[in-house]
Amino acid sequence: MWARWLAACLLLLVSAGLMAGEQEFAVERIKLVRDIAQLTRASAAETGRPEINPAVLAAMARTPRHRFVPIDQQHYAYHNRPLPIGYGQTISQPFLVALMTDLLEVKPGDRVLELGTGSGYQAALLAEMGMQVYSMEIVGPLATRASQTLAALYPRGVEVRHGDGYYGWEAHAPFDAIIVTAAASHVPPPLVRQLKPGGRMVIPLGASFLIQQLVLVEKAADGRISSREIVPVRFVPLTGEH
Amino acid sequence: MPTLPLLSIALISCAALGLEILLMRLFSIVQWHHFAYLAVSLAMLGYGAAGTARVVLGARLHAHFSQIFAVSALLFGLTAPAAFLVAQQVPFNALEILWDARQWLWLTLQYLVLFVPFFFAAFCLCLAFSHFGSQAHRIYGADLWGAAAGSLLALGLLFILPPQRVLLVIAGFALAAAGLAWPPPRHQVGYVLLLAAMALPWVIPDTLLALHPSQYKSLSQTLLVTGAKVKTEKYSPLGQVTVVENPRVPLRYAPGLSLTATREPPPQLGVFVDGEGPAAITRFDGAWEPLTFLGQMPSAMPYQLLQRPSVLVLGAGTGMDVLQALYYEAAVVDAVELDANVAALVAQDNASFAGQLYQLPQVRLHVAEARSFVATSSARYDLMVLPLADTFGTASAGLHGLAADYLHTVEAFRIYFCQLKPGGMLALNRWVQLPPRDLIKLAATAVEALVLEGVTQPARHLALLRGWQSATLLVKQTPFMPREVAALHDFAESQAFDLEWAGGRVAGAMPHHRLDRPYFQEAFAALSGTAHERADFYRRYKFHIAPPTDDRPYLYHFFTWRALPEIMQLKERGGLSLVEMGYPVLVATWLLAMLFGTLLILLPLWAARRRAMGTRTASQRRRVFAYFSLLGMAFMLLEMAFLQKFVLLLGHPLYAAAAVLTTFLLFAGMGSRFSVRLSVKGRRSPTLWPVVGIVSLGVGYLTLQPLMLEAAMGWPMLQRLALGIILIAPLAFCMGMPFPLGMARLAGEDIEMLPWAYGVNACFSVMSASMATLLAMEIGFSGVVLLALGLYLATPFFYRTQSADGRYS
Repeated sequence: MWARWLAACLLLLVSAGLMAGEQEFAVERIKLVRDIAQLTRASAAETGRPEINPAVLAAMARTPRHRFVPIDQQHYAYHNRPLPIGYGQTISQPFLVALMTDLLEVKPGDRVLELGTGSGYQAALLAEMGMQVYSMEIVGPLATRASQTLAALYPRGVEVRHGDGYYGWEAHAPFDAIIVTAAASHVPPPLVRQLKPGGRMVIPLGASFLIQQLVLVEKAADGRISSREIVPVRFVPLTGEH
Repeated sequence: MPTLPLLSIALISCAALGLEILLMRLFSIVQWHHFAYLAVSLAMLGYGAAGTARVVLGARLHAHFSQIFAVSALLFGLTAPAAFLVAQQVPFNALEILWDARQWLWLTLQYLVLFVPFFFAAFCLCLAFSHFGSQAHRIYGADLWGAAAGSLLALGLLFILPPQRVLLVIAGFALAAAGLAWPPPRHQVGYVLLLAAMALPWVIPDTLLALHPSQYKSLSQTLLVTGAKVKTEKYSPLGQVTVVENPRVPLRYAPGLSLTATREPPPQLGVFVDGEGPAAITRFDGAWEPLTFLGQMPSAMPYQLLQRPSVLVLGAGTGMDVLQALYYEAAVVDAVELDANVAALVAQDNASFAGQLYQLPQVRLHVAEARSFVATSSARYDLMVLPLADTFGTASAGLHGLAADYLHTVEAFRIYFCQLKPGGMLALNRWVQLPPRDLIKLAATAVEALVLEGVTQPARHLALLRGWQSATLLVKQTPFMPREVAALHDFAESQAFDLEWAGGRVAGAMPHHRLDRPYFQEAFAALSGTAHERADFYRRYKFHIAPPTDDRPYLYHFFTWRALPEIMQLKERGGLSLVEMGYPVLVATWLLAMLFGTLLILLPLWAARRRAMGTRTASQRRRVFAYFSLLGMAFMLLEMAFLQKFVLLLGHPLYAAAAVLTTFLLFAGMGSRFSVRLSVKGRRSPTLWPVVGIVSLGVGYLTLQPLMLEAAMGWPMLQRLALGIILIAPLAFCMGMPFPLGMARLAGEDIEMLPWAYGVNACFSVMSASMATLLAMEIGFSGVVLLALGLYLATPFFYRTQSADGRYS
């Protein structure tokens, strides 16, 4: 009998601990979202976006980033910084994730292709916003881990596939938006084909832990392709301009 | 009374310098090349600590000199490989260093682990100096000669053995030193150690020695992809070259391919140097249709203006730019590649995959350093191409910031212009970084070179084509004509690229790839101004974009201290990518070394103040400190500056490193042996003549070197090498004297100060090795030479003061 009592007490304690932990994470998450909203206003001139779409911020406030990082990094999950997730990959800085998601200009029900699932956080955020996300990851263990985490949190809305994303995901094309988080020397021609007219593609460029600029590729209604390079910070390289 | 173990001393110095060079290589493979400076500062820490230990332990070591010397040598041999294996287990991530404070702890731990072998090596030398002080000139001579052999040995072995195996050979040298010095009656221990020294490099299995490169290096990430496997691996002191093939997910490399391209590149092999890359060997079976991507990158720009051109590719690498020239029906392509291993990948190992590219009748492969090839070539070209040699990530993180680059200097551009046919052009391919850095720096370099060639409106000779990710800068010998501008404009429109600048004005079309401000047009307009306006523009730009010269050849160095506070404030918004990583990391490792090194110099002053230095005033101690620290700094600053200067003369960084290090150390060793003739009784300042010699020769070289370089550039290699040795030998001979003269004097008057003085000298000399690079970025190599000569000039003052009152102070 006493053993049952002990087990029940332990279970209660662990649950209480977890709930307290989850509550703590939720508080940190809200604070992070507030910080991002503030930082966005400071970078409005450069990014062309005076504020992040409230739907993106609301989704961020709900998406548990700590579930997508290794346990030893959970303490930093709501710090506005990139984190290592193993296999030489990182989960991007939250400010940049918010900006990239905002640049996609997606609405609920849109189909989004993600190349480079990584931790799965970006896909989770899009799923939280009501998109149908198709995500491809070339590194097997990362694909498995992200797939499991996403399946537990978002049983519908995200499909993860382990494989080469160069040829996109023809079966679900065309896409309203594409996000290419895996480094590439060029945009694969099949991806441009799989982007809907009026669709948008976002490509972050830079080294691990250091995204330098974002490239927004737009496909006009007539199929014409153009791009915009976005430096996420206000940094005028020339001093004392006239 | 034990005998002076000169051979063991030489072997230990040989192994210690070999280890230093090898660690630079190993750090380049497992981390990034700027961490190579860590190896240099590690040695400094070892020498400082050894001096401390010897002073703290005091004279009681004398009774057991032979045993302690031999055991120290043995520990050096054992810890050299062990420390590296342990250090590999430390989870240090260089890329996180600005995000995560814990990385500093890991870096410090790695640092402390790797310093251990240097400590034992230096401890042997400290013991020898303090025990045989009167023979300091012989010890110093053996030390320098051993080090000379060590530099040659390490460079030579790196051609024939994997670097981790070289580590064991070096450890074997240390064991041999221990074996030779092992005192009687236990001779058998010595024999066992000699046997172990010979066996060690061959008995340790590869699995134990495996290198663990950073998981963030391109090669590590590529090998995680299903189907990827290493096809070939080659090594040399220039780098570890790895070829990766993946039949399931083939590499597809086409930098900056137009967004309008409809066809992907054919399968390629990935080539990585020190884990960085990839560069691609493209499959070529004689059919041009699969290679249409070569006409859809910004690098195709110059071919829109040239018919069947003669092309020179400087840094041909894996041959993509050669293939592009052939795609545009080039009449002749001279492909110049520095690394014979990389050239062989295309010419031999994968020749059939690459379509016998380097065997085609139009192509001539030259394994040579690009700049000296141009300078000595009699051929003239329609087009010279400087390819895109790094990855976007490497370029954007500023990981090459500390690398001296003589291909992109004002002087180099002037040489290129001389080798162009009338109307010929130079094409420079780069990634588009925002805010712009290297592209503007290259344009500025071209403008200054054109001005020196007598061009009055240099901006009319420039054209810049920008894609969404890469760009090509064309520098033409003559101004761009309106029909050429029109042709470039048509090409840009067909591929949805943006012609930012052509023939002295903004091209003006509606951009395909919009920027938040017209960075490039603003910069090129500024470069169109007068010399004064250009200088003002360089000064006002927040990145370092002043044109590189042979005296400050740092193309990739953009860091400015004044921009740092602003960038750090932008950290939360992703602004850290604006920091060039190499420079602050060098400063940080240097500060770390300074901190520990200084502690280790000051510590003995405190710990053994009564025993070792109790009879001296603080001022007298400062003078001993000043004399030996100045010598240490000056010697190394001169050596490093000459090493860089001779890269141009010898046309190859490896030949320069081997020739300069060996000649310096060899002749300094001779000077050391000769110095005993100067230190005769009654001579007040025996250091004066060597210092006068050093300063006169140094000033002479500074004055005459540009002329000598120009005259000797066309000479055969052996003659240039002979000239290099003739130039260095007398200088090094003089530089070898002041240190043993000081040591001999100390030995005669207070032998207990010898190890401390040795530690101070070694500490400052190693510190100056990394400081030389920082200084060269600010004041140029000539400035570094002048500074070193100034330091030398100050040394007789401290030597003289020591003897002025009749006491050694």
